[in-house]
Amino acid sequence: MSDAIREVIDREYEFGFEGTFESEVAPKGLSEEIVRFISARKQEPDWLLEWRLAAYRHFLTLEEPTWPNLEIPPIDYQDMHYWAAPKPKGPAPKSLDEVDPEVRAMFDKLGIPLSEQERLSGVAVDAIVDSVSVATTFKARLAEAGVIFCSFSEAVREHPDLVRPHLGSVVGPRDNFFAALNAAVFSDGSFCYVPAGVTCPMELSTYFRMNAADTGQFERTLIVAEEGATVSYLEGCTAPMRDENQLHAAVVELIARTDARIKYSTVQNWYPGDADGNGGIFNFVTKRGRCEGARSKISWTQVETGSAITWKYPSVVLQGDDSVGEFYSVAVTNAHQQADTGTKMIHIGRNTSSTIVSKGISAGRSQNAYRGLVKVLRGAHGARNHTQCDSLLIGDRCGAHTFPYLEVKNPTAQVEHEATTSRVGEDQLFYCRQRGIDEEEATAMIVNGFCRDVFDQLPMEFAVEAQALMRVSLEGSVG
Amino acid sequence: MLEIRDLSVSIDGHAILTGLNLAIGPGEVHAIMGPNGAGKSTLSAVLAGREGYDIEGSVRFAGHDLLALEPEARAAAGVFLAFQYPTEIPGVGNAYFLRTSLNAIREANGEPPVDARSFLGSLRSHMEELEMDPSFSSRAVNAGFSGGEKKRNEILQMAMLEPTLAILDETDSGLDIDALRIVAAGIERLRSPERAFLVITHYPRLLDLVRPDVVHVLRGGRIERSGGAELAQQLEEHGYGPRPERQAVGS
Repeated sequence: MSDAIREVIDREYEFGFEGTFESEVAPKGLSEEIVRFISARKQEPDWLLEWRLAAYRHFLTLEEPTWPNLEIPPIDYQDMHYWAAPKPKGPAPKSLDEVDPEVRAMFDKLGIPLSEQERLSGVAVDAIVDSVSVATTFKARLAEAGVIFCSFSEAVREHPDLVRPHLGSVVGPRDNFFAALNAAVFSDGSFCYVPAGVTCPMELSTYFRMNAADTGQFERTLIVAEEGATVSYLEGCTAPMRDENQLHAAVVELIARTDARIKYSTVQNWYPGDADGNGGIFNFVTKRGRCEGARSKISWTQVETGSAITWKYPSVVLQGDDSVGEFYSVAVTNAHQQADTGTKMIHIGRNTSSTIVSKGISAGRSQNAYRGLVKVLRGAHGARNHTQCDSLLIGDRCGAHTFPYLEVKNPTAQVEHEATTSRVGEDQLFYCRQRGIDEEEATAMIVNGFCRDVFDQLPMEFAVEAQALMRVSLEGSVG
Repeated sequence: MLEIRDLSVSIDGHAILTGLNLAIGPGEVHAIMGPNGAGKSTLSAVLAGREGYDIEGSVRFAGHDLLALEPEARAAAGVFLAFQYPTEIPGVGNAYFLRTSLNAIREANGEPPVDARSFLGSLRSHMEELEMDPSFSSRAVNAGFSGGEKKRNEILQMAMLEPTLAILDETDSGLDIDALRIVAAGIERLRSPERAFLVITHYPRLLDLVRPDVVHVLRGGRIERSGGAELAQQLEEHGYGPRPERQAVGS
């Protein structure tokens, strides 16, 4: 192995520092009291507390899923905090300028300056640290267009009529083990509402940061696009390096009415653990969108590079006639990371179509699985799906797995599945090196080429970031 | 410019080259011919730095101990190999690849990156000379190319990278007569007093179009004979002749 490669293997996770502000945390453990504590801390209405408690009681009857192709160490749900927040240094900030300078400093260091005037990219950001939203930028400009973009807590307070009918309507509190846990203890998240006929004037994004130790993060995101509305939403995440694992169990619900379009992009870079597989985030996330109206479209694009373990299947329920669901995914695993990720496309309406493009890249001793369901119901006349599922192996100690499920009840459906597995070959590397391109650069180029179909789907500024991230994630994977 | 001394190469104890000597001066075009399995492609791979060989002997190139350099450093020093079987790199555009390559070599030589406009201009004109479709520059490297397109792409890369030593490994194989003419013209255009060529081929027909200064016959792991361009013609007419008795290594 060359020195250059050795050097980058030893390089640390770039975002692994800890913010210096003080945190306030709830006592460890999960109980009805904790659920009540969280709800009270957020001054929630009774209906929401009851909703949480019902979810919690149901959660107690559930077992962790055992079907994923993952080796999950036992998680002690009583040995973590379910609430942590940067300690307020006085009354809640009324504007961005009043946000705790140390919290701002952390976001500056992450490359997410919160001051609106510093934002050249024209992306509105909701910044979430541990359990709470600390700032949302560009609210005023969005409000002019009629777009509501705020923290989930604020939405519950200010727009209960918009939250209540939609909350849990796509991912119900009984959906699965982690979704039930989230429903019981979810802390904050982002809420976005785009009224009929409005095209959101800028990209919206939420930046999630886990900072406090021994703390789970359970955010919830809800996006509603009314008839003819269009919105593009980005999400990014990082966490400090810690020796113990931390749990992240989020829920995302998307609702697209007639002719509405929602594009949801994720660049997930939670701390993946060290080279020996110690520490890292357990990323157990339920994401689902409902194409409720005719001709609506929901598109998921994800670039998953972080987390020790990823369990995640962004899905689309294609209810409206002629609705379209898309899933573009790049999942990279290196060192001892494990990923079991994919999608579900549920065709209900007539002439619904879905596209799945999954690119899995495995390096080191990692395991990477694609798991996807295409379900065509009896009434889904003329449904179409195309699935392209490609795996790329780097080295010979990693694994790539594909688990496609097809359930087709309508004979007019057209469902196609293509899968390939390839290896970053000695031949490719030698070819690049003969052209003067070193091994590290060549690997990054080959992998980025492999992912191109997916990166092309990302908003421009994110595509650049994703390519850079990919390079960092794979550093040390060759040799 | 290139001086190979007593080069012996084996893979897993199996000797392929046994004491090969060869010297090429600037501006010279040397052809290496020889029967299948003579070690022609091994020679080109060893010069370019492919791993997996046990190597003895020395190779000096433009003041470098070539065998001590990584493949990318050899490229930076001016060694170019036109591959017999160019590799496909899906999703990576030809122009992007070439520019990355060119800039990597320039950087290694302390030169600034090439500016986009002059890069594209020169790419376009070389592509025209090689009768390549403009869409070619945005297609992925060699992906889905025909055999002839791949070979043309190698010549295009050579033209753009302007190496001082170009090794062409059976660049003529698999080409129809028109493609051969285009490729040969591409090579001829690059002939210059500073640039040396090592042309490895099975067939004399390329050597009718690219006139070599010296022709070598590689056989039994070493250069069996050398001669002028007329040697290629003799080989065409008479074949390589009976196989000589193999000599012991190092004798």
